[in-house]
Amino acid sequence: MKSGIVSYGAYIPRYRIRPKDIGTVWGADGEAMGRGLNIRAKSVPGPDEDVITISVEAARACMAKVDIDPTEIGAIYVGSESHPYAVKPTATIVAEAIGSAPVLTAADFEFACKAGTAAIQTSMGLTLSKMMKYGLAIGSDTSQGAPGDALEYSASAGGAALLIGVDRVAAEIAHTVSYTTDTPDFWRREGQRYPSHGGRFTGEPAYFKHVSACAQLLFKRAGTTAEDYDYAVFHQPNGKFPVRAAKQLGFKEAQIDAGLCVREIGNTYSGAIMVGLCAILDEADSGDRIFAVGYGSGAGSDGFDLTVTDEITKLRRDATPTIKELIADQVFLDYATYAKYRGKILMREA
Amino acid sequence: MAIPRFWREIQSRYNLIGTKCGSCGKVDFPPRAVCPVCGRKSIGKMQRLRLGGKGTVVTYTVIHDAPAQFEMQKPYVMAIIEMDEGVRLTSQLIDVKAEDVTIGMKVQSSFRKLGQEGEAGVIHYGYKFRPAG
Amino acid sequence: MRDVAVIGIGETEFGELWDRSFRDIGIEAGLKAIQDAKIRSEDIDAVYIGNMSAGKFIDQEHVSALVADYAGLADMHLPTVRVEGGGACGAIALLQARLAIASGMHDIVVVGGAEKMTDVGDVQAAEILSSTADQEWESVFGATFAGLYAMMARRHMYEFGTTREQLASVAVKNHKNGALNPEAQFQKEITIETVLQAPRVAEPLGVFDCAPLSDGAAAVVLCEMQKARKFSDTPIRIAGSGQASDFLALHDRRDLTTLDATVIAGKRAFHEARLQPKDVQVAEVHDNFTISEILAIEDLRFIEKGKGGPATAEGLTALNGKVSVNTSGGLKARGQPVGATGVAQAVEIVRQLRGEAGKRQVVGARHGLTHTLGGTGATAVVHLFERGD
Repeated sequence: MKSGIVSYGAYIPRYRIRPKDIGTVWGADGEAMGRGLNIRAKSVPGPDEDVITISVEAARACMAKVDIDPTEIGAIYVGSESHPYAVKPTATIVAEAIGSAPVLTAADFEFACKAGTAAIQTSMGLTLSKMMKYGLAIGSDTSQGAPGDALEYSASAGGAALLIGVDRVAAEIAHTVSYTTDTPDFWRREGQRYPSHGGRFTGEPAYFKHVSACAQLLFKRAGTTAEDYDYAVFHQPNGKFPVRAAKQLGFKEAQIDAGLCVREIGNTYSGAIMVGLCAILDEADSGDRIFAVGYGSGAGSDGFDLTVTDEITKLRRDATPTIKELIADQVFLDYATYAKYRGKILMREA
Repeated sequence: MAIPRFWREIQSRYNLIGTKCGSCGKVDFPPRAVCPVCGRKSIGKMQRLRLGGKGTVVTYTVIHDAPAQFEMQKPYVMAIIEMDEGVRLTSQLIDVKAEDVTIGMKVQSSFRKLGQEGEAGVIHYGYKFRPAG
Repeated sequence: MRDVAVIGIGETEFGELWDRSFRDIGIEAGLKAIQDAKIRSEDIDAVYIGNMSAGKFIDQEHVSALVADYAGLADMHLPTVRVEGGGACGAIALLQARLAIASGMHDIVVVGGAEKMTDVGDVQAAEILSSTADQEWESVFGATFAGLYAMMARRHMYEFGTTREQLASVAVKNHKNGALNPEAQFQKEITIETVLQAPRVAEPLGVFDCAPLSDGAAAVVLCEMQKARKFSDTPIRIAGSGQASDFLALHDRRDLTTLDATVIAGKRAFHEARLQPKDVQVAEVHDNFTISEILAIEDLRFIEKGKGGPATAEGLTALNGKVSVNTSGGLKARGQPVGATGVAQAVEIVRQLRGEAGKRQVVGARHGLTHTLGGTGATAVVHLFERGD
């Protein structure tokens, strides 16, 4: 018996800002930054949006594709590094907003950009063990980059929700494996507005080491190589790292294209790999095999080997906007409005 | 801080839960204990009903003088929306330019932040409406 | 039921009265009315006060006892009543006081209305006003008080073709009248252009479509009719009164371009007085926004539904027009200390019917009407007044 994705949904706020418009304010060549990161724009949450509203919209989009009684969801976990509350879980509000409350367990996860995939693994355990019928794993963020910092060009907002179960599985998770070490590449101390990072240290010893190690473990566990997969998706902090990682692992550009959303919307942190996975599921056919390896700073990677089943044709995949449609629904902002929406302007105390 | 006051309305504000009169079928939002049409006949017969979230704009305005909670969003559009179930409610229209709003346009509900009790206080969520596809 | 008449009137100027407190203005109006009525303190049987929100504006509840106390009446241990009903509270207080006399319980009652709105900031004052709308299902979602009336205006424009210029003509007329009223908050004429180019508040309403925040108080002395002739040569009889309520939230009302509460309160008052709209020469209606006056003249049946805009633009409601509406300057120019409104409207009508309105006198005024709203129309009160002779 295998568990897998029963349904999926995502939400990306419609506001965008271009690297050029960020660079202008900080005296940098924003266009060059954008090219260097392979990011054309990043998504920006509106003033009435946050990880809670994004998680709810993603969860509702997930439930809209399938006819499942929300009270059968036994667990909801939301992974993020920008939860609106430091104490009071996003997951309980999602539970109320999709009609799952009150008989369920819920909690929020944190593991930088891989908090959402950790939620998937937990849901797998609960459903495989038959403790719960369904688990809802959400990865969602409205991360901030410090003004003028390199991360400001990529840190964006968005989220995805995956309904995990052992019945009616549309994308079966054949294998999952993780690789975890204590690596301080990127962090944020309690009370700090913006994260800090180790510059170039975030590359080889962090992202690439863990993604690569996890991927190799996954290939070994599954007895596969890159050629055995129709799609591959990786954590995407920018549009360069996942392309390089994919190449190193033997994947072709065509395999990673569908899931590489970062180029249009930036890095949605805990949402990133999950939104990429949703983009793939929007177009995948029964029998397609997907290789997914995420990454979270601090550090660790969760890897998944998925196979799409016939059940995917029963999902109402156009019930809510597809990832392509969410990406295409865009309103560009100037830096001033972006700073206002992101709370970067010092306001008078209420 | 009015914590219980907001908490009590969560079902209606998150999920558009209203009531349907067991006597005449009239839908009310928010929930009522007594049907305005049936009066006493309806007591004990009001049934919980979740609105579908789709409606039509009946009238609207663009607000420039905003209360504190809405400072970041002004000018913003407010509308009276007639839901498909017949009942009307008042809400903000989002994801639309003010000049594109028309009486009769179709809208659907979204989940958004309504406000907060200051930087350290509880955050309030509820419905807003965006143009329907 | 016994007949009741107004035998005394008094009011403060309306405006930003920085140096005067709530107590100061309440007393000033009351004392003026008592002097005008030529009664003594000992003659007073009860005091009714209309006040919307002293609790939120100045942190003071229980203003009924407060006003009687500071008027020097504490030792008389009179029954004092504070009435709340959104913006209609002064008019409701008047109605309740009338009933108290008509029933035989009292003979002479002082009715005051007062509000001190400028002790809090603008934003807070606007939020306090919004609390007369539906707090949970309108205000919380971002609908401001002006926004709700703006939505009525938008729908009226949609259904009847009313224009912004026609709305503006209400403000222009009322400022013209206000310029003739020495107690008015604004005594300067304005043009249509001024109104149209003013900063927007809630489209289609701009700053000049909205009545101001004001401090002020007004008072009348009511007296049983037979006794009234002892004190006054021109007792003005309350010929009819009507009050009605409606759904609190605008979105629950039957029709967005008609305030049913006004229609019904008006019908009740006209029915009791055995009068028709055409019998009325002068009216003070609740123009907290320009659209409100247009709705009022339609809902009170002075003008056909939908034609309120053109009628105002054409001057039918100007001073000595078909019916003179808001000769005091209305809430727009005279000012809007909420609790005082209903009583101040009565003061103006009484003045008109006595022939004491000076430059803004309506010629041949025999019957006058006051119309006062609470919230966005969930309460309406109409009083009809008649010269004694």
